[in-house]
Amino acid sequence: MRELVVVLLLALAPAAEIGRPATPAEIAARDITVLPTGVGLPPGRGSAPAGRDLYAARCAACHGLRGEGQGEAPPLAGGQGSLTSREPKPTVGSYWPYATTVWDYIRRAMPYDHPGSLTPDEVYAITAYVLSLNGIVADDAILDAASLPAVRMPNRDGFVDDPRPDILP
Amino acid sequence: MNDDRRAFRPGRRRFLAAAAALAVAACRRAPPPPPSSVSAGGRRNYGDRSPYEKIVRSFNPATTTPGTGSSKTPLQDARGIITPSSLHFERHHSGVPDIDPSRHELLVHGLVERPLVFTLRDLERLPSVSRIHFIECAGNSGREHSGRPGADPQQSHGLVSCSEWTGVPLRRLLEEAGLAPGAKWLLAEGADTCRMARSIPLAKALDDVLVAYGQNGEALRPEQGYPLRLVVPGWEGNVNVKWLGRLHVLDQPAMTRDEAAYYTDLMADGTARRFTFVMEAKSVIVRPAGGQVLPGAGPYEISGLAWSGRGRIRRVEGSSDGGASWQASVLDEPVLPKAFTRFHVPWRWSGGEAVLASRATDETGYVQPTRVAIVAARGLNGTDHYNGIKAWRVHPDGTVTHA
Repeated sequence: MRELVVVLLLALAPAAEIGRPATPAEIAARDITVLPTGVGLPPGRGSAPAGRDLYAARCAACHGLRGEGQGEAPPLAGGQGSLTSREPKPTVGSYWPYATTVWDYIRRAMPYDHPGSLTPDEVYAITAYVLSLNGIVADDAILDAASLPAVRMPNRDGFVDDPRPDILP
Repeated sequence: MNDDRRAFRPGRRRFLAAAAALAVAACRRAPPPPPSSVSAGGRRNYGDRSPYEKIVRSFNPATTTPGTGSSKTPLQDARGIITPSSLHFERHHSGVPDIDPSRHELLVHGLVERPLVFTLRDLERLPSVSRIHFIECAGNSGREHSGRPGADPQQSHGLVSCSEWTGVPLRRLLEEAGLAPGAKWLLAEGADTCRMARSIPLAKALDDVLVAYGQNGEALRPEQGYPLRLVVPGWEGNVNVKWLGRLHVLDQPAMTRDEAAYYTDLMADGTARRFTFVMEAKSVIVRPAGGQVLPGAGPYEISGLAWSGRGRIRRVEGSSDGGASWQASVLDEPVLPKAFTRFHVPWRWSGGEAVLASRATDETGYVQPTRVAIVAARGLNGTDHYNGIKAWRVHPDGTVTHA
């Protein structure tokens, strides 16, 4: 009888019985995390000139041909030196601290009407073009998994961790 | 007049009608209406509100991206502390996805001993908890910061709501998977079309975060993340990732757009604060408030809502002279951590000009600051996480506007 109770208790114990093991293949298929170190970037490469054509076809309708932005599509270029002014213009070039963030966001969420439709090569190319619009990489730059995380963004050191509560009675 | 204003008018009309009815009743007792024998809606398998009730969320009519944007909760018409699911504010960056719950899976992987996949049925087998928490958009009341105050509580403070959430503690799922050495952060990713993703420190993930499938006694609403979302109590709405599909345990934050660039607070000196997660103590008077009309001098009850991302509300003080003097309010039970708390202050209106304000203090001793103090500390460029004292001006003709 005692043995039976033990067996029952073991059967009810909260072991990792709920949920199923994730296979390496399904993790690889769903894992799109990209870190600032470059971990997670897929193979592939793209040039700013190739990105210019892709951008014109897939991005410019909302963001403007030179990344000037319009309406709810924010500007992607310009604004460097504006952050302390009365009208700061935070863009990829003036504000974003990591080039990997640009790549990750384009792959995840852009273009707005067909997110996820760009190949890794296309994402590298468009990222290179947007960075070139900001003067961060050369107009003929080629980016890949090694060179993208090495790009130094102008506002890389512009961020501080949350100091709040910062207002005391 | 935009949709938002139109949406508010029935409430105002009801208010005036009720006041008029009281005045008539005081003069001459009218015969009661005959008892109705027919219910308004008949038998319904899923109930709807009375056709006389018209309050709605308001959308920004200027939004041009289809299906995306935000809607605000009509706080001036809120009762108690629970926001009806159908009136819960919403914010999404790429529309509301259509997800079949029978096919939805949550992947937990990265720095774990056992990468796992959970279906909704799996999650429902685990012990569930239900907790009442507010969720507030980081940008709520940011218009007040920038000096463009909203005309009524919905427009000024409507990006916050409070629900009872039901689900599994995130801690339990991480224990099932087993944390591996080096685990420090967790990337939570939605299954919406933009795969909205935010990094959360593991300490918070193991503290009070819920993987929620229930809201106010039923499944989550689509706008609230159906069939699965994170509820990260007290932290800015954006990290409460909706349509949750993937949890990636990491040794560092992923620096997605929404944490590296968007949900950051630009200071006057050009630096920006990041990982500004906590929504600090805030309160707003919702009655009498902007957009309403007081029918005449005499007794009123000032009523409002207070909340803090750091815990319970300890007290709320009310003022009718713009903050020159304060009096204690009554807090309705229950007073729950990281939840709406309803407060009341009795008030007699002399018929002259009055400025109504409220000031919340939470259990850590933190006191809701003035806008002047916030602007002095942070400047005017970053308007997220604004929690300044809100004042409404009552004019001699009974109208109420922002002060």
